[in-house]
Amino acid sequence: MEKKRWNKTAKNNAVTYGIVVLFWVAMTLWDQSGNLSSLMRGLLVPVCIYAIMAVSLNLTVGILGELSLGHAGFMCVGAFASAFFTNLMKETIPFTPLRFALAILIAALFAAIFGVIIGIPVLRLQGDYLAIVTLAFGEIIKNFVNILYVGKDSRGLHFSIKDTLSLGLEDEGVVLVKGPQGITGTSRDATFTIGIILLLISLFIILRLIQSRDGRAIKAIRDNQIAAESIGINITKYKLMAFTVSAALAGVAGALYAHNLSSLTATSQNFGYNMSIMILVYVVLGGIGSIRGSMIAAAVLTVLPELLRGLNDYRMLIYAVILIVAMLLNWAPAALAFREKYSLKRLLGRNKTKEAE
Amino acid sequence: MALLEVKNLGISFGGLRAVNGFDIKIEKGQLYGLIGPNGAGKTTVFNLLTGVYKPDTGSIILDGKDITGKKTIEISKAGIARTFQNIRLFKEMSVLDNVKAGLHNKHSYSFLSGLFHLPAYHSVEKQMNEQAMELLKVFELEKEAETLASNLPYGKQRKLEIARAMATEPKLLLLDEPAAGMNPNETKTLMEMIEFVREHFQMTILLIEHDMKLVSGICEELTVLNFGEVLAQGPTGAVLNNPQVITAYLGE
Repeated sequence: MEKKRWNKTAKNNAVTYGIVVLFWVAMTLWDQSGNLSSLMRGLLVPVCIYAIMAVSLNLTVGILGELSLGHAGFMCVGAFASAFFTNLMKETIPFTPLRFALAILIAALFAAIFGVIIGIPVLRLQGDYLAIVTLAFGEIIKNFVNILYVGKDSRGLHFSIKDTLSLGLEDEGVVLVKGPQGITGTSRDATFTIGIILLLISLFIILRLIQSRDGRAIKAIRDNQIAAESIGINITKYKLMAFTVSAALAGVAGALYAHNLSSLTATSQNFGYNMSIMILVYVVLGGIGSIRGSMIAAAVLTVLPELLRGLNDYRMLIYAVILIVAMLLNWAPAALAFREKYSLKRLLGRNKTKEAE
Repeated sequence: MALLEVKNLGISFGGLRAVNGFDIKIEKGQLYGLIGPNGAGKTTVFNLLTGVYKPDTGSIILDGKDITGKKTIEISKAGIARTFQNIRLFKEMSVLDNVKAGLHNKHSYSFLSGLFHLPAYHSVEKQMNEQAMELLKVFELEKEAETLASNLPYGKQRKLEIARAMATEPKLLLLDEPAAGMNPNETKTLMEMIEFVREHFQMTILLIEHDMKLVSGICEELTVLNFGEVLAQGPTGAVLNNPQVITAYLGE
């Protein structure tokens, strides 16, 4: 019985990884056949970025059960930390794969540190209050990056929150972070394959975490905090664990984002609450708590607006309508019953019994 | 020495003295009843014992250890487990996982062991599975191990809550109105189960109950609370015949 249970979750996870690998194979083949439009090719890395964002947010929203509206803030931290590192180490570490790997780790580390710093006060709150405060922290991060100036010269690093001049750089000094102009000249190291690998790693970490003792504690807190406390589960520790892992993975997505563009700026479009809400839409549409679902929803909803580009003015209107219809259908009782009736599992199961006969 | 010794316990919420001068002494292996009319402060006593509220006055000694004002986690580790008046299960988790969550502090492996399925993960998870299944067997829930807790019928949810509490290997089990919302048949089964748990695990149990039949049937000693104060205390028979108790609680 124990074995059967293990097989079930293992099978489920294998399907999730399988979908990602299949997607990679299909897209790579399509690309090599020369039929992939440049528009679609440009979307491959963003699909990975937003899929990582969606699965990592699902850890906070679906598994821990706390509504966070500042997820893009952690992405912002990861993006700037990694881009800064890459530019700083351009000459020191000329070997690109090593430099990019280190940049990703630094992105995860910085985002995790911010996760802890923000998590400690924020996770004392619950529900709406928590959502609003995370939203505020997300905006603070984005706005702080917009006034941050960092320069480098022979004496070391210089920081300012005023302007380039107040950095007091020597003549040969370079300004690495230029306030609202952000970071420019980051080498574009992100590729589709790296994105897929990072997505697989993110999935691995989250799925394994969910099935461990720690994950059980996190889910117990989600389902009933008072009962979880009564059986001796450390609420603060596990809330912070889930929140920090979620933030670190958002940082990884940020690193991917920063190395997919040559110039990085923090605007409300990419790191503001617009983005946080959009990631939340992926999670809700894909199914709160369903890691695979949120990943697929992120991929589909990233590609969809671009596919609709031909419709010009009506593009976002149709996108909105599709969103509403999908939301309605996703949880409608009739739709659930339909899925139950015609589920793949059942159809396959039926075939099996027929074969047995 | 008594397993639980509470002296002069009290708490106020604003101007309301919810519990005042509460004393109780429970011997090891006893099945003790706490009764009283609605709003008498029974559940507040439980919340004080388990650290949900911090008492204003008094002391709580469990097995020779002072646990007054400690946090809920520490009290759970010290050996008090409880169930709730309105069932509080981990609804979106399987029955087995509910009990395994109860085993949380009994077994441990590192975050990395869980991530990379190192040998510690497999051996500890196996141990947890075995222990949890053993408990489920005791409570006749082993067939439902994979069912979501929310899909269990009411009576079984009550059982699962007790099984989860027992998983923490407590010295003292607090049951908050376990028969609430049950029909006479279910109540009877529950009574048998409580007696069984007591004998099988040699457990000390403190029980809050409204159902007089259940109380008089299985409890050896009773404490009656009224308006936050102890009205009567002693062997069940004597307490139930106490004229003050009859007036306050059972009606004349």
